[in-house]
Amino acid sequence: MSSHALHVRRWRIAIALTAGVAVVYFGFILLIAYRKEFMGSLVTNGLSVGILFGALVIVASWVLTWLYVLWANTHFDSELAALSGKSGSVSGGPR
Amino acid sequence: MMLQAAVATPAVAQAAAQVATQAPATAPTTAIGEPNAVAMTFFFAFIAITLGITYWAARKTRTTEQFFAAGRTVTAGQNGWALAGDYMSAASFLGIAGLVATSGFDGLIYSTGWLVGWPVVLFLIAEPLRNLGKYTFADVVAARLKQTPVRLAAAIGTLSTVTLYLIAQMVGAGTLIKLMFGLTYETAVVIVGAAMIMYVLFGGMIATTWVQIVKAGLLLSGAALLAILVLARFGMNPLALFAAAADQYGATVLAPGKLVSNPLDTISLGMALMFGTAGLPHILMRFYTVPDARAARKSVFYATGLIGSFYLMTFILGFGAMVLVGPQAIRAVDAGGNMAAPLLAEFLGGTPFLGFIAAVAFATILAVVAGLTLSGAAALSHDLWTSVIRGGHAREGEELKVARYASLGLGIVAILLGIVFKGQNVAFMVGLAFAIAASANFPALVLSIFWRRCTTAGAVASMLTGTIGTLLLIYLSPVIQMDILKEPSAWFTLRNPGIVTIPGSFLVGAIVSMMTRDEKALAAWDGAVHDMIVGKDETASS
Repeated sequence: MSSHALHVRRWRIAIALTAGVAVVYFGFILLIAYRKEFMGSLVTNGLSVGILFGALVIVASWVLTWLYVLWANTHFDSELAALSGKSGSVSGGPR
Repeated sequence: MMLQAAVATPAVAQAAAQVATQAPATAPTTAIGEPNAVAMTFFFAFIAITLGITYWAARKTRTTEQFFAAGRTVTAGQNGWALAGDYMSAASFLGIAGLVATSGFDGLIYSTGWLVGWPVVLFLIAEPLRNLGKYTFADVVAARLKQTPVRLAAAIGTLSTVTLYLIAQMVGAGTLIKLMFGLTYETAVVIVGAAMIMYVLFGGMIATTWVQIVKAGLLLSGAALLAILVLARFGMNPLALFAAAADQYGATVLAPGKLVSNPLDTISLGMALMFGTAGLPHILMRFYTVPDARAARKSVFYATGLIGSFYLMTFILGFGAMVLVGPQAIRAVDAGGNMAAPLLAEFLGGTPFLGFIAAVAFATILAVVAGLTLSGAAALSHDLWTSVIRGGHAREGEELKVARYASLGLGIVAILLGIVFKGQNVAFMVGLAFAIAASANFPALVLSIFWRRCTTAGAVASMLTGTIGTLLLIYLSPVIQMDILKEPSAWFTLRNPGIVTIPGSFLVGAIVSMMTRDEKALAAWDGAVHDMIVGKDETASS
């Protein structure tokens, strides 16, 4: 794979994951703005939907970050190693 | 109200002003505001340790690369902690805890908003930035484009962001420290400024990095200790704590409330928070301190974990302060609610714990202003002096000398601005800094990294639109027109311009790029993509 192809693949994954975070966060914000009563309803004693979703926004950020790092550490880095091996440069490759 | 400087947004300040009028006059018994021996001891210990670090770092700071990028020897783990220390300001700790304690759920909008920018930094910016640049984000935007116009426009964006952020931090520092240690406002500002100048001037990025690591450790352990002590009173069950809050103050504290009066404003603020993080010069600069893109990637992963854990703990601290201390007692000490966490510490662990938390708050501000000053100095010396004035060929050692003068100058300016803005409502300035970072710096970075057709004119137009557009709309907004100038109405109705300026900068950058041709930029695309993915050889850097 060329550095161009790798750049394009990284870009697609980056955009998809960024869209994921945006959907999660702005979904949360829109619910706060337009569904106040739903966000205030209780899941169980002491836990409103809003608080649960707020915590889940943080957890979702972690999960998406972890997914990207998982992909980059395995797929991206191995493609990069193959590419660097071909071009004779090792800078930026896995250590 | 001054203390709202610690909190990022004007909407918050306004709501706090509304609730403040209902606060009772009865002040609770508290040691806050009196000279506190424990606080002083912790504080001087922190200053002594960090100056020791600075002395050690100064001996290792001989080149420009060491001064701005710690010789690129910081590990991914260290950088993760340092990023957390660079990012989490007093607003996060005192501001959010206070907001939750006095308004309940609404404060959590900020807990989440300040985290969601980090995945964006990771996905779009961190690795290309590390591979293409040297010290500043302008390195990346200018990689394929004409140096002078891009560097000038980027420096305007950087210095606007840094100055606004610095004013908010310095005014917040003066007020907080006055409240917690009983020092005068001016003394507090001068102490913060002087310590920050020492770190940056002598120890550069190495000292700044370690000050930020120590601060992140103190802040996270302080917050964790507070959270555990709170939960211990509720059977280690957060839901029992939230239920107690609902029992005492009504179920509305668990639901969205009056801070979210204008949905469009909330979305606009959310956009600025989410994309602003990826455009903050002092955060971006930290990615140059690690050896390669892989380490940059891992460091964001650690930072996101640390910062997210911290914001989850703010849920506990805020509701803990609400139940155990009470909103009225908190507002009686400070109308903005910023003393919620210190009061909670005093309730749980007496004066010694209060002293510890007060010293942590001080350390928090110091680490942030040091990072800000260093990134401002990089824009002045690397972007303006070396690249624009010297055409990219500064004499050996010259860039470092200019960087030191710039750090000293910025430090003095920060102290002066802190004193000038005493008593002013600067609450909107952090929100404004995020809005400029999101509209001026972030779109230009994304366009130049991912779009082959991006031209010099396009990038410059995007950065200028972002900076000038944001400043103009803020000036026309209720924040300046109604809150400060006391006009009856404002031409632009939103308190945060992000929803207009972020898409606006992208659009202007794209349209101007499509209308202009930049042969040099097109020709350099293949090389830039290769450098972005594979990385440049670092041995050539000065």
